[in-house]
Amino acid sequence: MYVYDEHDRQMAAERVAQFRDQTRRALAGELSEEEFLPLRLQNGLYVQRLAPMLRICVPYGMLRSDQLRRLARITRDYDKGYAHFTTRQNVQLNWPALEDVPDILAELAEVEMHANQTSGNCIRNTTTDQFSGVQADEITDPRPYCEIIRQWSTFHPEFAFLPRKFKVAVNASEKTDRAAIRIHDIGLQMVRNEAGELGFRVHVGGGLGRTPMVGPVIREFLPELDLLTYLEAVLRVYNRYGRRDNKFKARIKILVKALTPEGFAEKVEAEWAHIKDSPTRLTPEAIERIKGFFTEPPYEALENASDLLARQRFENRGFDQWLSHNVDVHKKPGYAIVSLTLKKTGTPPGDVTDRQLEQIADLADEYSFGEVRVTHQQNVVLADVRQDRLLELWQAITPMGFGTANLNTLTDIICCPGGDYCALANAKSIPVAEAIQRRFDDLDYLYDLGNIDLNISGCMNACGHHHVGNIGVLGVDKKGEEFYQVSLGGSSHHDADIGKILGPSFAREDMPDVIAKIIDVYVDHRTEEEEFLDTYRRVGIKPFKERVYA
Amino acid sequence: MPDVIKADGSVRQDNWVVVPRPEEGESLAIPSDQPALIPADLWLAGYGHFTGNDQIGVWFDSHDEPEIIADKVNELPLIGVNFPRFVDGRGYSIARLLRERFGYRNELRAIGDVLLDQLQFMKRCGFDSYVLRADKDISQAAKCLNFFSQGYQAATDTDLPLFRRRA
Repeated sequence: MYVYDEHDRQMAAERVAQFRDQTRRALAGELSEEEFLPLRLQNGLYVQRLAPMLRICVPYGMLRSDQLRRLARITRDYDKGYAHFTTRQNVQLNWPALEDVPDILAELAEVEMHANQTSGNCIRNTTTDQFSGVQADEITDPRPYCEIIRQWSTFHPEFAFLPRKFKVAVNASEKTDRAAIRIHDIGLQMVRNEAGELGFRVHVGGGLGRTPMVGPVIREFLPELDLLTYLEAVLRVYNRYGRRDNKFKARIKILVKALTPEGFAEKVEAEWAHIKDSPTRLTPEAIERIKGFFTEPPYEALENASDLLARQRFENRGFDQWLSHNVDVHKKPGYAIVSLTLKKTGTPPGDVTDRQLEQIADLADEYSFGEVRVTHQQNVVLADVRQDRLLELWQAITPMGFGTANLNTLTDIICCPGGDYCALANAKSIPVAEAIQRRFDDLDYLYDLGNIDLNISGCMNACGHHHVGNIGVLGVDKKGEEFYQVSLGGSSHHDADIGKILGPSFAREDMPDVIAKIIDVYVDHRTEEEEFLDTYRRVGIKPFKERVYA
Repeated sequence: MPDVIKADGSVRQDNWVVVPRPEEGESLAIPSDQPALIPADLWLAGYGHFTGNDQIGVWFDSHDEPEIIADKVNELPLIGVNFPRFVDGRGYSIARLLRERFGYRNELRAIGDVLLDQLQFMKRCGFDSYVLRADKDISQAAKCLNFFSQGYQAATDTDLPLFRRRA
């Protein structure tokens, strides 16, 4: 994992001092609310429905155990003893006091954390695949490139006041896309060209919100050394020409659409031609230096523990289910990737208590070299667990509430905080998630249904990624009442697609029935090999419509 | 006379005025006794007329294209870039283009909704003078120009991004 040097530490400290000064001036009335707004947002601080909300950055989802313990302490000392993992691999506190925020940021800086650019119209946290570095099928570990982008985008003097927020995601797996890069402002797919050189396929203009779009490719191959100059060209074109007259048309996707992807690409290429050999061009040494922080942990030379696991599975059905669903194949023999699910029914998806944060830290130290990864599905991954310790780990996490064996199933719901917490929301989202989880509480049935992404957002801003859920639920406000619109067929993976709206919206109490009917149609129509999305794509929306609105 | 902040944080006064774009049917009102910044496209339109006049500079609004005077920038003693609202970040790109692409060497001034907390970004993008919005406390400018002792990126102020300094 990346470790700060004196430069990073100095800038982190200066940032805290700057925000302390800005907060003081805001409280003294020297900065108006409007003037303070982008400053506090770029330090992670929203003012929400019930209290301020602080969004803490977890760069590309990586956390060390000491950082988890510090987060736990901060939630205890400054908040109500719990935190929320977000759909962009970050952590949110829901109840900090405005005047405490500089102190919280100082505590974070001590463990090499920050809240920089987690909000506001600037370049946000770069996200990636939670299995980076431990999966067999990736081109290369994408995290060093995420760190390079993090440094380049941090306090970038030209791009702190963009037309709108700007999100970059990197994926390096050839077969899967756990980073949902096609729904980002810039999605970078790592590839090798015919000569075997490393680079990126560049997607620009994906996004959710009011105008959901899958990002088109604007460059098939960008050599790795050109990464930052090319990003700078994209951002400069966006900064100059993106719309600023209408907040809802200000994302880069609108500009890409207006110019057409080809027209946009031409503008970027023309800009890039001027700066591609500028000092911002990366050097092999600079990349190597960052890669040096993402070396393998001291793995032991092990064999796969197949016989042992087979025996343990046979003897213990719950372990068997968990192993099938929440444990993934590791590139090293004898190791496994474990997802701790934060989706226990009755707990808002992604919420953890201070005690649970400490438990996760202890688990990381005991089982996974002291590191964890946060996923955009709001779960936490232990990436390097010995196979012969899986049973012991499963026994440890089950009472902690991290062992619900529902990963990637219908009840592994992505869900924003919604109207319970968020000032922007039109409707509550957490109670809908909980009602659906209660309705589908039979694990065997869930496994039989296979992988289904169910995503819930409380408003058009789409923090719950409803557009790309196989089943998407969007909270809407109708004359002061909360209703829910359902869409089908979305995907955030390699076959990314925006879901289609099923029809008129539903009352909250009807939602479990609506989901049940949708699932029934799938079960009636599916063939042996089909997942939900396959069946939907084959039969279309009509049979679902007929059943739900019958 | 406005107080003008310099990149080193010092404050001086000068009497440059910003001449607004004339309304339809009106002509440009250039003062006879003061140096003036006029809209860049109008300067270009009257190019022969203004040549060699060191009392005339130009200003760009945030949606203007600095490319129109790309080969003539150093004929100007002063260029202003307007920030109509402080959250409009286009001026930062305009400044870098003027400095880094067109090689502008004379004074580059931030005008309009110029506040304290953006000064260091402006400095890094090549502005070397700033007319702070009148209600802001000019005594804090020097501090705000120097919140950070370094940056990660190359910009107008440095050819050495941190990754090159670390190597």
